[in-house]
Amino acid sequence: MTVKAREQKSRLDPEPMPRRDFLGLSAIWAMGAALFFSLLGMLRLPKAAVLSSPSKKFRITLPKALAAGEAYVPPGRAVAVFRDDAGVHAISTTCTHLGCIVKPTTEGFECPCHGSLFAADGSVTRGPAPRSLDWLKVQGSGDAWIVDEESRVPPGTREQA
Amino acid sequence: MSAPVIEQRTALRVFRDNLLAAPRRLLDSAFRSGKPHTDRTRSNFVFGNVFLHLHSVRTHRWTLRWATTAGLGIASTAAFLITLVTGVLLMFYYKPYPDAAYDSIKDIHFVVPTGRFIRNIHRWAANVMVVTVILHMARAFYTGAYRKPREFNWLIGMGLFVTTLGLSFTGYLLPWDQLAYWAITIGANIAQSPREVTDALGITEWFDPGGFQRLLLLGSDTVGAEALIRFYLLHVMLLPLVLTALMAVHFWRIRKDGGIVRPADADQRLAKREEAVYPVFTEAPAKTYQLAAIVRGRTTAVGRGPENTVPSMPHLFYAELAVLMLTAAICLALSLVSDAPLKELANPAVPENPAKAPWYFLGLQEMVAFSAFMGGIGIPSIVIIGLGLIPFLDREESGTGEWFGGPGGWPLVKQATAFGLGTAILIEALVIRFGWIREWFPGVSQLVVTLINPGTVLTLIYGLYSVWLVRRYNSTRAGALGLFTVFLCGFLVLTIIGVYFRGPNWEFYWSPSDWPKH
Ligand code: HEM
Ligand code: FES
Repeated sequence: MTVKAREQKSRLDPEPMPRRDFLGLSAIWAMGAALFFSLLGMLRLPKAAVLSSPSKKFRITLPKALAAGEAYVPPGRAVAVFRDDAGVHAISTTCTHLGCIVKPTTEGFECPCHGSLFAADGSVTRGPAPRSLDWLKVQGSGDAWIVDEESRVPPGTREQA
Repeated sequence: MSAPVIEQRTALRVFRDNLLAAPRRLLDSAFRSGKPHTDRTRSNFVFGNVFLHLHSVRTHRWTLRWATTAGLGIASTAAFLITLVTGVLLMFYYKPYPDAAYDSIKDIHFVVPTGRFIRNIHRWAANVMVVTVILHMARAFYTGAYRKPREFNWLIGMGLFVTTLGLSFTGYLLPWDQLAYWAITIGANIAQSPREVTDALGITEWFDPGGFQRLLLLGSDTVGAEALIRFYLLHVMLLPLVLTALMAVHFWRIRKDGGIVRPADADQRLAKREEAVYPVFTEAPAKTYQLAAIVRGRTTAVGRGPENTVPSMPHLFYAELAVLMLTAAICLALSLVSDAPLKELANPAVPENPAKAPWYFLGLQEMVAFSAFMGGIGIPSIVIIGLGLIPFLDREESGTGEWFGGPGGWPLVKQATAFGLGTAILIEALVIRFGWIREWFPGVSQLVVTLINPGTVLTLIYGLYSVWLVRRYNSTRAGALGLFTVFLCGFLVLTIIGVYFRGPNWEFYWSPSDWPKH
């Protein structure tokens, strides 16, 4: 490609990019695209396909003496299980704000981290928690029950013993 | 007729002589220009060394004044180097697996020779680095160093700031104690907090950026082995590499942007130089800036003579070494008087109460206690974007290189400080005394709480204040000064409340001695 003499101010000026250098341009763009897609491919790796966390479904045995309104917390689990005349239900004790474990109290639940308070049915009464605590699916009879942390049920759902 | 001189030495003799001369020759080959005694060899000393040549060969005397930089950038670099060295030492024993991590830190603390001291230094240097980086940013801001042609380096600086915080955050998990576990649980859930909005809109099922971020960070749905190895990788490998690369660009740009910012009349204001202290050229420089011939526009030293500059070796380097020694001394002294904390082993069933993040995140935690999304993501993003925009919104030129932009700046900063502190304290007092929307109108929609909470209200007031300053003084500089100052004050107030006045259940207490005992 020729350059008009008037445009070239000195020999140090860069030569203008020859626009018709189609092959050169497409090579550069192809390389850019290759880099971009390999980057996307590499980013795919850290997003785990299989989660290594322990099973979310577990067996519990309710204590015989569990009074109505009293919480039973299976060891090592973030769940509170209740039994009353209407049946058995389980409420997740993972705070819906930032995931601390809430403590069952006589009025409901309280979160130690930023002071959210929840009523006995899990609804928010104070603090920054954005939604009520989850109710979890329970199955079983008598004292033997299975809690499934992965299945939520509408608040108020109770299973007959 | 004289016979040609014949080499008299035997080969064995030559070997011996070479052996004896080897140490000197080794030094000569490494430092070809000899001792830095003359201007010429001093220049050689700088540009002949791959690490030093990030500096220019001569330094303006204004740069070396204590009040120009307070050495804060170098102090940040020094603190980073200290964490690097001590961090590598800690890696000899640290094991990034949940069953072993806590015990290995305990071993380092109680069994390994000098382990506790090295651990303390690492922890303290990391804290010192956060402090110096923040102060350095304030220095760069208040001397107008973000202005043309340094806009880009300001952005690189923002990158350094965020990376520094990332390093601290990822390091916090590694001891795998209660403090670590719950701070990271909260942090990871902040990453997930866009769900606060998507849930309220009912679109989380289809569009869940929060869940994705958390999954990427933890590699699982709980803080466990996957999370620990990820944080370890980020902490010892990825983020230090990013920081080093950014630092290289940062330093190189300082030089290419014409050195440290100085007022236009700096040359007149400097006292006459004493020749004995600042020798001028004692020998013609061996190297001329041949590249400078093809560089256009405002760069380095084109078209300027060496007036009021001194050789970087030794004047600048000795100052840098002094700051390095001072930083090291501070870290050592702190490590002698105060041990790095180690609580009980992480227990996923019982949160630490109160669960506090590292101090520089407690301002955020205070805002997160109003709304997870706004406090943890929304407002920080606004602040970061706002800081990044400053160089492009304030394009004024007067007062660059001057603390607070010259006379008139200081009263304005004082006024903004009073306003910033006052507003933040007032709003906090209001919330602590009377509660907020959810306490007044139970059952109010979460979207309302997300949008209108003490954090967003404070941000809005600060924003309006600086717009008012722009109008009142008819100057974008006034707006920038005010904005930066009020946000710094807000950060300060929230951090202090988070550190000293929050106890169990994140309730307000005048002093930790009032905390209820369990
Ligand atoms: C790891 C963090 C950082 C390190 C190690 C670092 C290091 C340095 C050093 C050594 C200097 C030379 C002048 C001095 O010592 O003050 C400097 C200058 C500068 N830094 Fe940083 N810095 C960091 C973070 C930041 C941040 C957070 C900002 C702002 C957002 C920033 C913006 C600047 C600017 C604009 C200059 C040029 C100053 C001037 O020309 O006066 N840096 N930095
Ligand atoms: S995690 Fe429960 S209130 Fe913040």
